Amino acid sequence: MTETILLVVVVMTALAFDFTNGFHDTGNAMATSIATRALKPKTAVLLSASLNMVGAFLSLTVAATIATGIVDAGLVTLEVVLAGLVGGILWNLITWLFGIPSSSSHALIGGIVGAMLAAAGTEGVLWGGLVAKVMLPALLAPIVAIAVASIGTALVARLTRDVPQDMNEKSFRWGQIGSASLVSLAHGTNDAQKSMGIILLALIAAGAVPEDSGVPFWVIFSCALAMALGTYLGGWRVIRTLGKGLVEIDSRQGMAAETSSAAVILLSSHFGFSLSTTHVATGSILGSGVGMKGADVRWGVAGRMGLAWLITVPAAGIVGALAYWIQGVVGGDAGAFVSFGLLVLISAGIYLVSRRKPVNHTNVNDEWEPSRTGGSDETAADSELTGDSYEYDPEAIDVLADAVVMRDVYALSSESDTDEPDTTTSENRA
Amino acid sequence: MNIEWSALGSVIIWGILIGAGLPALFALGVKTLAVPAGPDGERHPSLGRRVGAWTCFGVIILAIVGAVAFIASGGH
Repeated sequence: MTETILLVVVVMTALAFDFTNGFHDTGNAMATSIATRALKPKTAVLLSASLNMVGAFLSLTVAATIATGIVDAGLVTLEVVLAGLVGGILWNLITWLFGIPSSSSHALIGGIVGAMLAAAGTEGVLWGGLVAKVMLPALLAPIVAIAVASIGTALVARLTRDVPQDMNEKSFRWGQIGSASLVSLAHGTNDAQKSMGIILLALIAAGAVPEDSGVPFWVIFSCALAMALGTYLGGWRVIRTLGKGLVEIDSRQGMAAETSSAAVILLSSHFGFSLSTTHVATGSILGSGVGMKGADVRWGVAGRMGLAWLITVPAAGIVGALAYWIQGVVGGDAGAFVSFGLLVLISAGIYLVSRRKPVNHTNVNDEWEPSRTGGSDETAADSELTGDSYEYDPEAIDVLADAVVMRDVYALSSESDTDEPDTTTSENRA
Repeated sequence: MNIEWSALGSVIIWGILIGAGLPALFALGVKTLAVPAGPDGERHPSLGRRVGAWTCFGVIILAIVGAVAFIASGGH
């Protein structure tokens, strides 16, 4: 009986993690397409959600292991998994609140490592594995991605410099949508399987399915659905940072960045040197700025992200350890419930804080510098100065101006995510 | 602690070949089709240009199909 209740809580928490994973990582695939207006924001998240869903069903080679080679697998218990998930979810939500793209898998690993330290002490953690599989790849991934994307962008910019701007825009938007779709598909396959693996592990540990069991269909379906739902709701804060915060990109850069992401992610798993999707995607976007003459890369923003990546594992670890400690102090089923209840409460709190300064599909593409969001005139002038794509697309400026006005309207009313009028306005205009 | 430097090297080399090469190929295709617009305001690239451009795009489409097959095969 006890195991059953704990199992239910673990499964719900794993699905919640899956949801934040989709929610947090939408930007990896879609930020550039949204920023260059290759896709309307709502269309982009719908496409990404659908592809995540398809991706989750596409390949079913689920390994029932978590943090292999990083923690001592023999010591992993359901309580450790639950506390680890709590750590991962809360770190995902905190970084989302600040609009920082950070790796969901690193957050989960951090949470599990922290819970393991609380449960079994330093013996339970394989430190060499942690450095080789988590910390170093976090440093190397952006470097590799910057190199690939900057070379790609430089080549593309050189080849297309005599091509009229309108034709470039039109053609490369297609390329961008294609490459972003691949990233979404890979993400769905890769990350939904992590949650499936956790749930399968929990089911086996609780004796609900035999040890050699495949993944039950309801697990595949609910994981795919949770991730797709998270993706569709769209972590607009992270999308905004990736699409507008790092560098002003045009569709040529976006296409080069997404192709670089897709290639590096797939190649790295092919060669057994797995890199985090988030780190690769961020590096690729930075690289698309490095490779483009005259593009300004905001290295300050990039530096803050790098810092967040370095503290992801320890920070999620502290939360995971705390959660494990609370579960232990309260004890038994009640401990699991208290841990889960606290998770819900804190998540709700973070959500409420986020409502003070909402970022959603209406304002995700506003100019990055706060002083430049004043009105359409300033926006137009600014576009000319930086030479980005709006210069050639007066309608886009109108849409942007609408978005700015609508955001102000929404600032007055509290509900803004799902209101329809603005969507129709944007669609009529675009 | 063992870092697989050779695996990392392969990722970098193939990453540049594929991750930077495909966008360049796409750009080449676009450039090939970018002839000045005719009197009717439309571009009319010659047959040779169209064949050349679609060869570029064809390679890219093949690469995408290959990538989807790779994802589906569980390699990812």
